[in-house]
Order: sequence, then C-alpha cells, then structure tokens
Amino acid sequence: MKILVCITQVPDTTSKIAFTDNNTHFNTQGVTFIINPYDEWYSLVRALELKESGVASAVHLVTVGKIDTEPIIRKALALGGEEAIRIDADSNDPYAVAAQIAAYAKDQGYDLILCGKESIDYNNGVVGGMLAELLDMDYIGFATNVNVEGTTATVKREIEGGEETDTCSLPLVISCQKGVAEARIPNMRGIMAARTKPLKVVAPADIQPLSVITSYELPPAKTGVKMIDPENMDELVNLLHTEAKVI
Amino acid sequence: MSVIVLAEHTQGTFKKKTFEAVQYAADIAKSLNTSVTAVALGNIADDQMQGLGQYGAQKAIHIADARLDNINARAYAKALVNIAQKEGAKVIIALHDVTGKAIAPRVAANLKAGMVAGAIGYPDLQNGFVVKKTVFSGKAFAFVNITSDVKVVTLMPNTFQVKKGEGTAAVEKMDVAFDDKDFKVQVKEVNKVTGTVPLSEAELVVSGGRGMKGPENWHILEDLAKELGAALACSRPVADAHWRPHYEHVGQTGGTIRPNLYIAVGISGAIQHLAGVNGSKVIVVINKDPEAPFFKAATYGVLGDAMEVVPKLTAAVKKFKESHN
Repeated sequence: MKILVCITQVPDTTSKIAFTDNNTHFNTQGVTFIINPYDEWYSLVRALELKESGVASAVHLVTVGKIDTEPIIRKALALGGEEAIRIDADSNDPYAVAAQIAAYAKDQGYDLILCGKESIDYNNGVVGGMLAELLDMDYIGFATNVNVEGTTATVKREIEGGEETDTCSLPLVISCQKGVAEARIPNMRGIMAARTKPLKVVAPADIQPLSVITSYELPPAKTGVKMIDPENMDELVNLLHTEAKVI
Repeated sequence: MSVIVLAEHTQGTFKKKTFEAVQYAADIAKSLNTSVTAVALGNIADDQMQGLGQYGAQKAIHIADARLDNINARAYAKALVNIAQKEGAKVIIALHDVTGKAIAPRVAANLKAGMVAGAIGYPDLQNGFVVKKTVFSGKAFAFVNITSDVKVVTLMPNTFQVKKGEGTAAVEKMDVAFDDKDFKVQVKEVNKVTGTVPLSEAELVVSGGRGMKGPENWHILEDLAKELGAALACSRPVADAHWRPHYEHVGQTGGTIRPNLYIAVGISGAIQHLAGVNGSKVIVVINKDPEAPFFKAATYGVLGDAMEVVPKLTAAVKKFKESHN
C-alpha cells in the first residue's frame, strides 16, 4: 500500500499576527514557520506507523509551495518517508492546492492519502474533500483512529456530539486529527538521513486559483475585563442578562 | 442563476442551524435578484420542507432515496451537483459543520467553484463576491473574493440570528441516479451522547480546565450547565488526562466553537485554547490565579476558587430563572 501525506507550512501558533501593505499581506517578518501540526503529529506519524507495521510499502510527502517551504519539508522527512515532492506553486487557494496535488498524484498509484483536519493558518479544511473528488476517491474527515487491513480501511471519526466508525475500501482520502497518532520528535539519525532523501521539485500544472484573499483585519482590541466580586454572583447573572444579553 | 442551500436534518427534524443556512442563502439570493432553493435528502416530511419557506426558501427540493437516510458525503455531493446544474445555481450554501465540511468541498471541486469555508458575514457584492471568515485560528479575519463563476460558501453556525417569517416553500420531488460506488463508505457504528446539546451548536458553554483539580469535581460544572441549559467543554490537558471525553475538548487541536457565552472555569487561557473559543461573543473567566492570561481575553472575570464560586453562580442563575418565569 502506497501512502501520500499532504504537508503544508504554517506560521507558528504563538506568532504575532500582523499585516502589511495596507492589510493585504501577512507579515512574515520574525515569524517562525512550522509543519501544520495536524499534518505532522497525526497524518505523517500514522503513515509511518503503517509502514513500520508492514501494512504500507512506501510513504511519500507532498507539499504545494515555493522554495521557502523546503526547510519544513526536510523536517518532515526527518521523521520519516522515502521521498518528498514539492509542487512549485503558491498555496493561497484551496482548490488550486487540491488540483495541483491531484494532477501529480493521479498516476502515482497511491492507495491512501492523508491530510490534516485543517491548516492552522486559514482554517479551511477543504483540500482533503476536494482532492478526493478530483481523484474520484472517497473522503472521510476528522478521523480519530485509522486502521488498514488488506484493502479496507476502518476509520473512527468525530461527529457532532459523538463518534462514528466507518469502513471503506481503498483508495481513500482521510483527514486526521487528535487520536490518530502520538506526535514524534525526530532523532539525530532521521535528521541526517533527511538531508539526502529525494526532494523532487515538480513544475505546477496550469491551474488557476478560484479565490483570492483581498484583505485582512485584526479584531478590535479587547476593552478590558470587568471583574466581579466572587461573593456577588447575582451581579454577574444580572450583567449577563441586561448588559451582555446572553441569558 | 439561483442560489441553492443544503438543508441538513437529523432524522427528519431541521435544527436551528439549518434555518440559519436557509436564511443566509435567501438573503444572498435577494441581493442577487434571484431565487433560493433548499435541498433536503433522505427521510423528511413535506410539511417540514414547506416550513423552510418561513426562512425565505421559495422552493424545496426533496430527494427521498432510502439510501440517503444516512448521511453519505459522496452521494450527497453528487445530488447537490446534480441539482446545482439543473437549477443553474451560481451560489451553493451549506453549513460549516461536520456534514457540510464533508460535502461542500466535493461539490466545489466538481463544479470548479471557488469556496469559502466558515463564512461569518454576507458576501460583499460591490467588490466581486467577497466573504469574511476567521483565519490564524481566530486571531484575524480575512476577506476572500471568490472569482469563479460558481461559488460555494459554508456558513459558521450561530453567526446570524434566525428570524422566522411567513411563507411556504413549494416542495418538488426529484430523483438522482446513483452508482454503487457512491455508497462505498459504510457506517458500522455510531456512538452519540444523547440528551445533551451538541457542543458545536450550543449557544451557552461551561468549560473546565486543570484548575478543577480532578474529574470528581466536575459535578459543579454539570450543575451549572444544567441550570443554564449549556453544553460542557474542557481544555486539552483535561481531555488528555481522560477526565472528560475528547469530544468536549476545545482549542487549537480540539473543537472550535462560537457560542454566545463561554464560561471558563480553572482554565489559564493559553493561546492554543483561545484559538478554539475566541469567537465566543461573551467570555466569563473564573480562576483563582490573578495572573491567568485568560483574564485578558475575558468580558467578565471572577477571581476566586471554582469550588466556591461556581455553586454560587449556579444558585444565582437558578434564582434568576425562577424570578423570570
């Protein structure tokens, strides 16, 4: 079974979020970029576990990004994977990202494609579903547990107020979240090996983006918390009713 | 040139969030000078379908195929694509919930439609089709212009108040040809917590963190939640320690919620937790640590021991409810 793991680069959570050019561009100055946590901690690790247990024969990583994404691709390879593919294109429109990956992956014989539940920068979570449609595969989102036996995957996923267990035959696209695997720290051997693992750069297919971010906005500054005396919960309830109007 | 909206139902009943989606779609249709059609799949009664007229739907298409009684993303997406093409739909609306997230991207990719996931505003039609959504885990907003001919938007639940009006939608039955491959995903088991408000739809949420000291103390939060009619949530350390079920976990790697009221008890307010709840309209923080960062993000704060403060708050809520009945 051949697995493709989709990796995206995102700003670190604790980064200060600021915009430049009249709020039209994200300010990358001083920002540390990391592998999207859902991709790194869950999708990639699960793929590696399936390889280690002999269920998968190969794990490949794919990123849609420009050359500045190569450091994090190497970091991902340090955890594992035989090779990485970087499709040399911008990743600002989810359809374009999905279409680029589909254009590459469609003839490569992947049985299982894993994505993270969403990227922590744009919080869309749509590439997986789009990729499945473009590759004529099924898609199971929000997996909390992934197992494969033969050509059947058994996936536990989160639904509103509970959990569902699905089975589906391969090929399949799955988006992963907490529960699928435990995050790993790359060891020295992995880091050294990553330097020489193949990182193939692929020219992008001719795909037009279908959306564009025209501007950003920061939320209004918080006006300071109103502290309430713990002995006076009636006051809090009153404020929640009359001032905040939430009860 | 119409607008279509997926009207989700749970075993034949529409929920408030579905009315939000229909209303959103109807308002967009009005701005575009076109009609809106609601689409429901599976087992749902005609009078329910007609009722969508109260939220602005002129027409309601029902695909009654028994195989659709269980939500199946691939089949549902196929049906929506079919209807979108038949109706010449230019805008397709769904909810940004578990179901919508599985179906809408498939529809978008199939129709080569640009998509905004998690809209929190109406599209600005003056400058294209610009939709507002939250980005960077709630730290900012982005305005996204969908430039394709057909557009897909999923609406964040609990963004807009629903206004029930008058009107009856005209119900139309339709059939869609499905293949076996549309039903490859088999649901083997469903474990749902019944009798409580699902967290993602809750308007009021009571949440506990490590400051609660242990699962044995959760009854004080359960009592408060019950009195308020609120759903329960928790921070990551609490879920990791198995004090609470993981579906209660809200935060960057847990769920994202946008309730009207979020009461955080014994939660310090790390950035990763805030990422899941910073869309809440009002935040109340109860913590005995004056340095807890959460106070900076709170609307109201109470500096005190949860074990003492929460029962007092529950009693105050109870008193309020009694005097208002």
